[in-house]
Amino acid sequence: MLEIKDIEKLAHLARIELPENEKEPLVHDMHSILNYIDQITSVDVSSVENELPEHRNIFREDQNTHVTGTYTKDILNLAPQNQDGFVKVKKIL
Amino acid sequence: MKNGDFTAHDLATAYLEVVKERNTSLNAYLEIFDDVTTQAEGADAMFKNGTATMLTGIPFSLKDNILIKDKRVSAGSKILEGYVAPYDSTIASILKKEGAVIIGRTNMDEFAMGSSTQTSAFGVTRNPLDESRVPGGSSGGAAASVAADMALAGLGSETCGSIRQPAAFCGLVGLKPTYGALSRSGVIAMGSSLDQIAPVTRTVRDAEIIFKSLSRHDALDSTSIPDDMRQKKNSLYGTRKKIGVPRSFLSQGGLDPRILDNFNLSLKKLEDSGYEIIDLDLPTFSVALAVYYIIMPAEVSTNLSRFDGVRYGLRVEGKDLLDTYMKSRGQGFGKEARRRIILGTYVLSHGYYDAYYNKAVKVRKLIEQEMMKAFEQVDFIATPTAPTLPFKIGEKLDDPVAMYLSDVFSAPANLAGCPSIALPSGMTEEGLPFSLQFTAPHFCEDSLFEVGKQFENVRE
Repeated sequence: MLEIKDIEKLAHLARIELPENEKEPLVHDMHSILNYIDQITSVDVSSVENELPEHRNIFREDQNTHVTGTYTKDILNLAPQNQDGFVKVKKIL
Repeated sequence: MKNGDFTAHDLATAYLEVVKERNTSLNAYLEIFDDVTTQAEGADAMFKNGTATMLTGIPFSLKDNILIKDKRVSAGSKILEGYVAPYDSTIASILKKEGAVIIGRTNMDEFAMGSSTQTSAFGVTRNPLDESRVPGGSSGGAAASVAADMALAGLGSETCGSIRQPAAFCGLVGLKPTYGALSRSGVIAMGSSLDQIAPVTRTVRDAEIIFKSLSRHDALDSTSIPDDMRQKKNSLYGTRKKIGVPRSFLSQGGLDPRILDNFNLSLKKLEDSGYEIIDLDLPTFSVALAVYYIIMPAEVSTNLSRFDGVRYGLRVEGKDLLDTYMKSRGQGFGKEARRRIILGTYVLSHGYYDAYYNKAVKVRKLIEQEMMKAFEQVDFIATPTAPTLPFKIGEKLDDPVAMYLSDVFSAPANLAGCPSIALPSGMTEEGLPFSLQFTAPHFCEDSLFEVGKQFENVRE
């Protein structure tokens, strides 16, 4: 059974800060969702082989498709903060 | 427009008039673009110089998760605050090239997570047929824009029912194409093994024109299917007159008896016009939605990890980088998005991965096998599109499982990657729309259009 401390652990793993008053209702929601999805446990899947699908990810050759720097400014400008051609963030440690 | 009876400019102006009248109360559009007139003039130039195509001058609405260069796009979320698309999605670039007129971007459930367009950070969208009710979701804005004549066609996306169910709720045609048919380059991802771009229109013919214009291989989308494989798949199937009905599956999701009556009546009409109807036993379909609610959140938790307050969108400063992540994501994502990310984190976590995610992947395979086996026997699988009629605004918001059940009949086609179409099939006494759904084998959209047109003829 999931408890509040499990929800806190999952939220931390997902890098989401949860308001205190949402934790209890979330435990309740998770129970009802897990209760619903648990019906898959009764399905017999012994006949299913782990095989690759017919259509798979198709990657192009890794070659230079444009001149370096063409899109840099546009993309950097989308960052909340940037400086000297870098995205700026708070210290990590 | 081809004959010069009216211009693309006239048409766009007429639609903009309706937008002015109805959008404030419906909230179908989050933004009306300021260059609609310029786009329409470009379309008129194409008619003059003979380069017009089937899409030229057609007023489209685009869901708020499809990128258009230099336009804002938010996926209905606060976390993309201030984000302006730095490039065109493939879909937008085809529309631009063909001279379609893009009126604006339409409201949606946040990150396409919902069945009622109530989880958007920018307010609910109302159903044009009855403004006290929801338009369905997540492409509720797209469907409402078409139902209210604020666009001739809408492009949305579907992960599980997100175009067919709103089409059903607004009395329209909604097509979920084969997985990999339309490019998703430049579309904000939700569940990558399921997402498809999908049109909502008034007629089957409109959906067909749009599908044929947009369905092509795209090297920018690694899941886009190459042309030779499309033809190979389509050529496997011959005469298309046999409809299978998974009777025991229909008891799922609290099916409204009025919907079942309408469904049976619709099948009778098709039977009278030469279709053969047979019962199918598809036992694994009953767990399809449960499988979906494991695979989708798993993919959501992965896809949405990119929204971290660093590279774009909303940043809420914390005391250090970790705290900034926690606050930006905690405040940027709405309740349903947070719920699904946490659920996804759970089903992928150590100790539960095998029981949930791996098991779900296997059951998904079983569902696909069951469906493909059925297609050896029949050409279509028919069900109602949704188990309920359009519900009241505010309903089901506090009960996630009840909301999820709106898509119970949608899930098998999405999990198997098969194309599926929702068709209006009449109205209740109070004027709420019924809808019928057909699913066909991969790349057999043409047989869906055929049965759809046939049904349009016998419907009344």
